[in-house]
Amino acid sequence: MSKLTPVLSRAWDDPRSYTLEGYRRHDGYQAVHKALAMPPDDVIKLVKDSGLRGRGGAGFPTGLKWSFIPQGDGKPHYLVVNADESEPGTCKDIPFLLANPHELIEGVIIASYAIRANHAFIYLRGEVVHVLRRLQAAVREAYAAGYAGKNVLGSGYDLEIVVHAGAGAYICGEETALLDSLEGYRGQPRLRPPFPAIEGLYASPTVVNNVESIASVPAIVREGVEWFRSFGTEKSPGFVLYSLSGHVTRPGQYEGPLGLTLRELLDLAGGVRGGHRLKFWTPGGSSTPLLTEEHLDVPLDYENVGAAGSMLGTRALQIFDETVCVVRAVLRWTEFYMHESCGKCTPCREGTYWLVQLLKRLEAGQGSEDDLAKLLDLSENILGRAFCALGDGATSPITSSIQYFRDEYLEHLRLGSCPFDPALCTVWAPALATTGARA
Amino acid sequence: MTDVFISRGPNAGANTTAPTTQTSYADAPEVRERLVKDAQALIARYPQPRSALLPLLHLVQSEEGYVTGDGIAFCAELLGLSTAEVSAVSTFYSMYKSKPVGDYHVGVCTNTLCAVMGGDEIFATLKAHLAIGNDEQTPDAPGRERSLTLEHIECNAACDFAPMMTVNWEFFDNMTPRTAVQLVDDLLAGREVTPSRGPSLCSFREMERILAGFEDERPGVVDAGGPAGPATLEGLRLVRQENQASPSEDQA
Repeated sequence: MSKLTPVLSRAWDDPRSYTLEGYRRHDGYQAVHKALAMPPDDVIKLVKDSGLRGRGGAGFPTGLKWSFIPQGDGKPHYLVVNADESEPGTCKDIPFLLANPHELIEGVIIASYAIRANHAFIYLRGEVVHVLRRLQAAVREAYAAGYAGKNVLGSGYDLEIVVHAGAGAYICGEETALLDSLEGYRGQPRLRPPFPAIEGLYASPTVVNNVESIASVPAIVREGVEWFRSFGTEKSPGFVLYSLSGHVTRPGQYEGPLGLTLRELLDLAGGVRGGHRLKFWTPGGSSTPLLTEEHLDVPLDYENVGAAGSMLGTRALQIFDETVCVVRAVLRWTEFYMHESCGKCTPCREGTYWLVQLLKRLEAGQGSEDDLAKLLDLSENILGRAFCALGDGATSPITSSIQYFRDEYLEHLRLGSCPFDPALCTVWAPALATTGARA
Repeated sequence: MTDVFISRGPNAGANTTAPTTQTSYADAPEVRERLVKDAQALIARYPQPRSALLPLLHLVQSEEGYVTGDGIAFCAELLGLSTAEVSAVSTFYSMYKSKPVGDYHVGVCTNTLCAVMGGDEIFATLKAHLAIGNDEQTPDAPGRERSLTLEHIECNAACDFAPMMTVNWEFFDNMTPRTAVQLVDDLLAGREVTPSRGPSLCSFREMERILAGFEDERPGVVDAGGPAGPATLEGLRLVRQENQASPSEDQA
């Protein structure tokens, strides 16, 4: 038996999984009745006891975040769902919302009720129009069925849900930048404290949670804390979506308990593509330091990936085989960070620019070994000194690639050019190589 | 180290009063009237009006295919902001365009994973085939019914379908140079094109109206494309296979 545990993905092969009636066929909208019959504080306690940790990358305990919202303060409270999924390699929330937006909406109702919010926003990145269609339709259905609006299910609780499309900015995945964006400003991160729980949207207490975190709540309410904790590990309980992409035989979404290893997941996905071997991979998107073959047996949970020198992040497992030039890969990611740097702080705005200049030179086989020291020095000056995690993330691929593949950088300098043929790493490379159709 | 605690007061700039100046779309009062109605519906969704700025910018982009001076002035008037405040926001986000976009916006993902899997080759092939560069629009030519703007884009959350492309921000999965060329030829010839996961394409302007927050009212569009693409279901498919296999194991 495989170790997969489809909970969040259980309904995705129902041809109408994305509709309200489809979701109901799979235990949908049962938890909301249960939650609305509980005192809100008990819902917070339940989620706290479950040990659910944020699925958007940082792994902060979700129930704890909810408990920071001051109660009886007379201010409106807000729930904001971060559906701005843009981290390179991360591709879980978008297919999730396409297949089953109602599971998120049920989680939104429960979470909003728990923190006493009467207004919830789902901030979806703009570049996924069909997901937006599904979300808009699902919210409309939820209102019509009495799950949202005035007096939700006759409970006396009111909730407005607004779907808000972004406009193309990776930085808006950072929670305070997202709030500025939602207020109609440039999406730039805010100084903390105050944290969003005290002064978030419109300077009011606000919880910002990732899609998968909120969507995990209905199952916890429905099935209970003990059941949830039977998945995963003591400190990293529960189930998550693992997204395999790149040079793997069957890329896709694999839902399982926290703590599976890449070796186990690769087995399920048919292994690295035929005739090739693993060279490097990301555990949770490009902002998490690269790992290599020697990390195949690291349990993918918050603690163990941290101990291996990286971060669990979003379980965006990008697989690169031996045909890929690590310098090219790192340059491209760094160009991304330069493009997406919001410009607010100097280390990130200027630092990412100079990182790109150095990497371009190295990839072309120009420059010198001193450039590697310069890259590390620049990275050191960005990490921990940038205003938000974007700057920190930008240094991850650089420092980790130099750590594991220093010789490959030097090989570029020895040859005066890149030793790799980019044609060999494409999807169509093997077939074309046998027919000889491509020069 | 002491924490610096800077309190965030209520936002300046946003007000709820009706626009006092009416300079935008001065030569097209019927357009203005229609947009005002739409804009007011969007503003009403938010506790504070300025939150509707991103939707309003999508709305004006849906009118003219890019964000024009009129569009900026319109947003400013409706929200009681200066045009400088609106421009500052408009220029920050990459989906708002400062020059006209063709009938279709064609994106090729060239972030690392898609690039390596073939996105770089696809983008190079399309640039050569269309004889245009990044962020450029196809010129009119015989046999061309439509125009498109080509752009390389960042990670679009479809890495398990790499290399991926977008047209008007709809998913085109598992592309190759050959299918990419066929795609843009179909678009330019005005043939109907359906994305991998989603309904038949509408125009860039019509799509921008959905982003502003108005539902796509074409029949059947929500259902189009089914619940998920094949890669999305890989893990679930494995589990289903095992479950089918397990009863016979029990008998054995």
